[in-house]
Amino acid sequence: MNIFRFILLSLILILFSTIKSYSLIEVDITRGNLNPLPVAVSPLSIDEKSKKSFENLLKKKNIGEEISLIVENNLKTSGLFNPLNKDAFLQSPDIANLKPRFEDWNLIKAQALITGKVTNVEDKLRVEFRLWDVLAGKEMMALAFTTVPTNWRRVGHIISDKVYERLTGEKGYFDTRIIYVAEEGPKTNRVKKLAIMDQDGANNKFLTLGNELVLTPRFNPTSQMVTYLSYFRNLPRVYLLDIETGLQEVVGDFPGMTFAPRFSPDGKKIIMSFAKDGNSDIYTMDLENRIVEKITNHPSIDTSPSYSPDGKLICFNSDRSGYQQIYVMKSDGSNVKRISFGKGIYGTPVWSPRGDLIAFTKLHKGKFYIGVMRIDGSGERLLTENFYQEAPSWSPNGRVLIFYRETKTNDKGEGFSAKLWSIDLTGYNERMVKTLTDGSDPSWSSLLSN
Amino acid sequence: MKLNKILKNTFLIVLACLALSACATKKVSTGQMQGDVYTGTDTVEYLASGVPDRVFFATNESVLTTASRETLRKQAGWLRKNSNVTIVLEGHADERGTREYNLALGERRANAAKDYLMTYGISSDRISVLSYGKERPVDSGSNPLAWSKNRRAVTVKAN
Repeated sequence: MNIFRFILLSLILILFSTIKSYSLIEVDITRGNLNPLPVAVSPLSIDEKSKKSFENLLKKKNIGEEISLIVENNLKTSGLFNPLNKDAFLQSPDIANLKPRFEDWNLIKAQALITGKVTNVEDKLRVEFRLWDVLAGKEMMALAFTTVPTNWRRVGHIISDKVYERLTGEKGYFDTRIIYVAEEGPKTNRVKKLAIMDQDGANNKFLTLGNELVLTPRFNPTSQMVTYLSYFRNLPRVYLLDIETGLQEVVGDFPGMTFAPRFSPDGKKIIMSFAKDGNSDIYTMDLENRIVEKITNHPSIDTSPSYSPDGKLICFNSDRSGYQQIYVMKSDGSNVKRISFGKGIYGTPVWSPRGDLIAFTKLHKGKFYIGVMRIDGSGERLLTENFYQEAPSWSPNGRVLIFYRETKTNDKGEGFSAKLWSIDLTGYNERMVKTLTDGSDPSWSSLLSN
Repeated sequence: MKLNKILKNTFLIVLACLALSACATKKVSTGQMQGDVYTGTDTVEYLASGVPDRVFFATNESVLTTASRETLRKQAGWLRKNSNVTIVLEGHADERGTREYNLALGERRANAAKDYLMTYGISSDRISVLSYGKERPVDSGSNPLAWSKNRRAVTVKAN
C-alpha cells in the first residue's frame, strides 16, 4: 500500500530564473492539435554504481531509461507532443544534460528537449531533469526530486506534468489514477470488481473480489476516499471506501436503493439518488455530522447529480419533461432550470473542474454521443459517436474526458466487450485506455502531488 | 415443490424446442412484439402452472400493458393461495440507456408491478423491490427483440 501513501517528494527548485522569460515554444491546447510539438526525450543519464544499485532494488536494468519512457509515453498519449525516435539522437544523455548541442537537436527537428540524471543518494532515488527550448537555445526549467526508489513511476509522471504545464500553461494530469469497474464473464452475468490503476494503466489493483455487483466508483477530489454502489447482500446501497485502509461503510441509513453517488468538491458531502416507491430523488449526506438533506422533491426520476467546482450549483438528470434531460439548480435545490434542449435524450451530466462546461451522454436516433455544453446549455458540442458509450469523467485539468464504450453483439449475442476510452475536449485524440480486463465506469482522481 | 420442478423441467424442454424451431425458421421479431413490448414466452418462467413470473415494458416506460396486468392478477391469485410466500420484484432495463437512469427505471418498473399486486390485496410486507438496471439482461443480443425481453419486472420467490 506504499503507493497509496502520500510519500513526500522533496521538490527542490534548482533554477527558476528562465521560467517567466519569453520563450518560443508554446503549445496551444484550446483547439485540436494536428501538429504535435516535436520533442526529444533523452534517456536520463545514470552512473554505473547507481544503475547497479537500482537494478538490485527495482529489477529494472536502467531506471534512467525507464523513467524517460514514462515521460515519453505520457507526452505522446496527450496528443500534444510528438516524442522523436531515440535512434536519431546524436548527443549522449550525460553530456546533453550538461550542455546540449542545440544544432544537433535542431537537425532532427526537435523543438523541445528533455534531459536528466538519476543518482542513488543513500538508497534514495534522486532525479533531476531539465527542459530546453531548442530553437531559442535556452533552458526553460530545471527541477530535482528525491524520493523512495519504488516511487520511480510517479517521478516520471511528475516530470511529465511539469513539462506539460511549462509548455501549455495549464496543469497536467499524469500523476493521477483512475478508479473503474473491471468486468469479466458473459453479458448476462458479468462479474464486476472495483479496480484502480495509474492513469497510464500501470499498477492495476483490484479492490473487491467480485462476490457482489459493484458500480459507479468516484474519487473524493480531496482525499483517497471513493464512493460507489455495491449490491452487498442484494441491498444496493452507496458505500464509502478508504483505499488506503480498505475500510468501508454504508452511506446513511436509507430504506431502499441509494445510487449515483458523487462527492462535493470539498469532499465533505456525498450527493446521490435514493429510490423509493418508484420515485428517485436527490439527497446529500454530510460525512462529518451525518445530516441527510433532501435536495429534489419531484415524482420523476432525478439522478446523476454533479456539483459545480465552487459547490454552489448542481447539475443532474431528470425525466420530469417526459424524457431524460439535463437540469441545473442551486445546491439547496432551488431554481431548477432545464438546460438541454437539443434533439434526443441526455444523461450523466458532469461538471468540468474548470467550471465552464458540463459533459454528458446523449442518445439520438439509436447512437450514443459524448458531448459538452456550457452551463446554461448553449454551445453544445458532440465529441464522439458510437453504438454505446456513456459516463464521461474529467481529467483534473478539465482537458480530457474518460468514458466507457460497449460493443454491439452479433446475431448470436456474442462479441460483447466494454472498454475505457479517452478523448480531448477538442474532439481529437480519441484513444482506448488499456486495462487488464474489460472496464467501465471510470473516474479520474485529482493530481496526487501538487 | 416436486410438481413445480417437473413442471419447470417440462417447460424447459418446451422452451428448448421453441428455441430450436426459432433458430431453424429464423422467425422475425414482429411476431413476438406488440409495439416494442415483448409478447413472446422464450424467457418466461412459471411460479406455478399458468402463473408467468414476469411482465414486459415498452422503451423508457413503466406502464403495465393489458397482458402484464393479466399476468400480475395470476401472480396475485397464486400469492393469496400461498400466503406464506414472500417475493422479490426485480426490475430491469435494456442496455440502451445510461446506467444510473436505468437503475431508477428498473426500480420504477418493479414498483409498478408491486403496486398492482397490492391493489389485489397482497401486502407490501410480502414484497421487496430490487432494481438491477441494465446489469442482468436475459438476452445478450443487441437488437430490438433482445432489448424487449430485457425490459422486465420479474417476480422471484424469496423464501
